[in-house]
Amino acid sequence: MTGGSDALVRRLLAAIACTAVLCLLVIALFIFKEGLPFLFKVGLGNFLLSSDWRPDAGKYGILSMIASSLWVTFGALLVGAPLGMAGAVFLSEFSPTGLVRFVKPAIELLAGIPSVVFGFIGVMVLAPIIRNAGGGPGLSILAASIVLGVMILPTIMSISIDALAAVPPSYREGALALGATRWQAVRMVVLKAASSGLVAGAILGMGRAIGETMAVIMVAGNAIKMPDSVLDSARTLTANIALEMGYATGLHRQALFATGIALLVVIMILNGLAAAALRRRGTGT
Amino acid sequence: MNFHKASQAVAVAALAAATVLSLAVVAFIIVFVLERGLPQLSAEFLFGLPRNMGKAGGIFPAIVGTFVLSLMAIGIALPLGVGTAVYLSEYTRETGLTRAIRFGTDCLAGIPSIIFGLFGYVFFVTTLRMGWSLIAGALTLAIMVLPTLIRTSEEAIRAVPASWREVSLSVGATKWDTVRKVVLPNALPGIVTGVMLSLGRSIGETAAVIFTAGSSFRLPKGVFDSVRTMAVHFYILAREGVSVEKAYGTAAVLVLSVLAVNVLTYWLMNRLIKRKAR
Repeated sequence: MTGGSDALVRRLLAAIACTAVLCLLVIALFIFKEGLPFLFKVGLGNFLLSSDWRPDAGKYGILSMIASSLWVTFGALLVGAPLGMAGAVFLSEFSPTGLVRFVKPAIELLAGIPSVVFGFIGVMVLAPIIRNAGGGPGLSILAASIVLGVMILPTIMSISIDALAAVPPSYREGALALGATRWQAVRMVVLKAASSGLVAGAILGMGRAIGETMAVIMVAGNAIKMPDSVLDSARTLTANIALEMGYATGLHRQALFATGIALLVVIMILNGLAAAALRRRGTGT
Repeated sequence: MNFHKASQAVAVAALAAATVLSLAVVAFIIVFVLERGLPQLSAEFLFGLPRNMGKAGGIFPAIVGTFVLSLMAIGIALPLGVGTAVYLSEYTRETGLTRAIRFGTDCLAGIPSIIFGLFGYVFFVTTLRMGWSLIAGALTLAIMVLPTLIRTSEEAIRAVPASWREVSLSVGATKWDTVRKVVLPNALPGIVTGVMLSLGRSIGETAAVIFTAGSSFRLPKGVFDSVRTMAVHFYILAREGVSVEKAYGTAAVLVLSVLAVNVLTYWLMNRLIKRKAR
């Protein structure tokens, strides 16, 4: 009798365990169901290779938004990766252990601050500084890059700390025994051994940056045009969806779902790269 | 040798400067919001009803909306997350199915919140005819926090020593009794940590919520009523320039809530680590 109920529990738990996969499939199904008919009707070329987005005139080109998303994402990486990795190296290799336990959670607070608050501070503080110093509208790729860079800092730092912790102490000891300074040991041995983990952290940070919506809407300016300077106002893929979803109908609404598909494809490529980098750490070095 | 010593000193100074800069940014953001927002807080602001579209009065409906929505989402996701974790760690070996579950969970974790918003809107709001409502918002958020709950619960369950399970099984307990009375109680602090992380994420979420729970600024009377969370309210105030003072006040409450959740999580995790060390 008890054996029977145990088998029942097992079957119930197996069913529960499938919910995550089921949710993923339903999400993919609905996004593609809404977006794919649009792609067939308008054509992939007119969608991906044109920068002309005027839904009222039947023009649905998102090339400038793909470009803007990439500019903003790489910009965020240029801000967040050096800061996050430098912090990780300092905390893991050069600071007393007590400091890590205080500094790491403090920086991880950033991960908890809502993105709308980041966006607001970008608007109130960063945009005026950029407008006065560099000209342009202030709400720009540069402002978005700095805000997103700060937002992805905790992700990059935590993963980098894990990657550095995974390097065996004997590597450091070997280098020090050969007469290297601590910095030489870190630069020539530890960072090389941890490199794939560091790269994976950076790519996961990029994934977060490219998917961020509310902060970007507030600070990037949202102009639909091909960006040619970091001081330009720009509209990303995510911003395009969020800004027009409220009132879009018919083909226009389908176009926003197709924008979502484009976003998912970009993210899948980034995640694939991160997984490959992590696998290399598993087998190599 | 002197050159190498000097270059090490420069490098360490630069690394330390980067760390200090990161900390300064954290401090700046928190001080900036609290300095402008705390003076706005009053009993009327926290517990009063809004007047004049949020230009005056309080944000009580948004505070209620935020916590009811977040707790509903976690109430839905928690049994699913813990159930999945128990299945993965106690009831099966690594098979094709578990690999699919893990892969699916990872993919779900990587989906940006705006996509959850889109999906929640077509599926819950439109197709299932729930309208902009608490229930549509909570279901969408539940899917969003599910990966976090699965991962933290699985880690917590795996940290329970195998010998404890063996003792329970050897005195004649069934597998399910062992899970219920030995494994889950001991994994509880880790599971609670996952709950707090999810709570923090739900409180701050905007993109997924605004398209599913809507933005009605009234106290909800049932699960099919639309609600406005603090994050959505803040976004509307800030973007439409309704009232900068009220925006700062809302941001302060929002940030304080998230900070409280974070500090509580950190305290729980430390207790967990100490227990493991014992």
